[in-house]
Amino acid sequence: MTTATRTAGGAPRLQRSNAAWALSDARVLIKRYVNHIARQPDEIITAVMIPTSMMLLFRFMLGGGAVDVGGTAYVDYLVPGVLTVGVTLIAVSTTSGVYMDMQEGFVDRLRSMQTMAVAVVVGHVVAAVLRAVISLTALFALAFLIGFRPKANVLQWLGAIGVLLLFAFAVAWIAVLLGQIAKSSAGASGLALILTFLPYTSNIFAPTDTISTGLRTFVEHQPLTAVIDSVRALLLDQPVGNSVWLAVLWWGGITALVIPVSARKFRRRYS
Amino acid sequence: MGGSYAIDISGLRKSFGDVEVLKGVDLKVVQGSMLALLGPNGAGKTTIVKILSTLTAPSGGTVSVNGFDVGRQSDDVRGSIGVVNQFMALDFVHTGRENLVMMGRLHRIGTRAAHRRSEELLEQFDLNDAADRPVLTYSGGMRRRLDLAISLIAAPSILLLDEPTTGLDPRSRIGMWAAIEGLLADGTTILLTTQYLEEADRLADQVAVIDEGRIIAHGTAAELKRRVGEERMELTFAAADDYAKACLAIAGEEALCDAEKQTIGLPADNTNRLIAVLGRIEQSGVDVGSLALAKPTLDDVFLTLTERATPVSATLEGEGVK
Repeated sequence: MTTATRTAGGAPRLQRSNAAWALSDARVLIKRYVNHIARQPDEIITAVMIPTSMMLLFRFMLGGGAVDVGGTAYVDYLVPGVLTVGVTLIAVSTTSGVYMDMQEGFVDRLRSMQTMAVAVVVGHVVAAVLRAVISLTALFALAFLIGFRPKANVLQWLGAIGVLLLFAFAVAWIAVLLGQIAKSSAGASGLALILTFLPYTSNIFAPTDTISTGLRTFVEHQPLTAVIDSVRALLLDQPVGNSVWLAVLWWGGITALVIPVSARKFRRRYS
Repeated sequence: MGGSYAIDISGLRKSFGDVEVLKGVDLKVVQGSMLALLGPNGAGKTTIVKILSTLTAPSGGTVSVNGFDVGRQSDDVRGSIGVVNQFMALDFVHTGRENLVMMGRLHRIGTRAAHRRSEELLEQFDLNDAADRPVLTYSGGMRRRLDLAISLIAAPSILLLDEPTTGLDPRSRIGMWAAIEGLLADGTTILLTTQYLEEADRLADQVAVIDEGRIIAHGTAAELKRRVGEERMELTFAAADDYAKACLAIAGEEALCDAEKQTIGLPADNTNRLIAVLGRIEQSGVDVGSLALAKPTLDDVFLTLTERATPVSATLEGEGVK
């Protein structure tokens, strides 16, 4: 039986190792989604605008002494929490992007090619982390303008940035999974919004002392509070306690859970 | 010629849960030829394309593409085919050229070859002027042509086209047909699914009609049309009385009197005969409301082949004449 591939007028496939091709596939798709950031600037602008207005609003409304944050300037207390809002808002465009790729046949097209289709997910995660970095950079810049004065040394800075990036990485994977399980376009945005709501049930704007016991237990132990606590302590040169380890355990653990589930869901659509 | 079919499907079954979508399909496509798979929505056309493109696993039967089994040698199958799905998988914020190069690189033909092939295809599909504009600005016809061009970036020997002209205006459809005919002339094997008899007629060497998961007819387009019947002249009357009188006047002629719709259908393949019959109706003094030419449509094919109802054209195509 002859099975020679016809290549008349076309291009034969190059010989490279599977790993080299998988890397090449990932690079091409990372480029696709990174390009989307620049070509659909409204998405990143929206994702930055919300925490920006939040920062300005709370800084100037409550910053005059309306909230007792125990000795630190209110703006210094506020900024770390708003940074996490910036990170969660990145999820919205990741979730809807993944949903569209699944629905509009892009993923199916890749699955009918020799491409490593899961590179789509890699591309989305890298672009999501990059959007988070852009958003965080803009928010840090604004924070300094309105009086944010951290007291961290280099190591503490690196630690805070590390925690925020780990958080962004975890959020990106959760957003991907939400895009995979969404049943409709509106559902995709809705699911992502649940994620963006998480920061509001934390100690982002004020200490938790005055919250009723039941809610307070949740607020103090939900995974996002660990991120805010650790970033705040690191940047303001306060005792970190176990907050950094808690943040790493929470979000490292969540990522370790989400990645295999997402990969499995991705494969399952074959049958 | 046992192993030389580009596509060889036998006894193919596919169930989703309790629903059996394909109930034993046999199809063979000779290398370098085109088969049109004609059928209504839900007949199983897209499922067949999905199985051929390794997206869905068969529940039973054997399927080989370019001599490779879709299950055991799926990667070799993927290296042999180009696929155009019903939903175009284009990146709207990227330009036509960028879409082509990206898909070329994902087809693993190398960056340089991807650029060279993109140039050729932009030229071939008349997309040169729009090459560096975002796809968002393309018309429906241009998007379809780009989608087809993308499926050809790695020069596949077998092309699977799932309803490539659905939703296109007539002019863009003719453009797509010309492009597909060019590919066939170059020696590409093509399997095309369509809901349009006209499309199957125009393009394909062989036509297979699928309905409810079974191939109900298979042959050349001419053979198929012979089974369905040729063009008909359809007469509609203003009054019930006129219809009855006209029917009586042409008694003994080859005509289809539909009492329910109050129409008369006459064979239109013999013009002299047709004029003579029309003359007899005119002499009977009735008032003919309107005339229309009715071509055999997909409805006719199904009504005829499945005998679910009386073979009377339900749909009229062509210009109504008052």
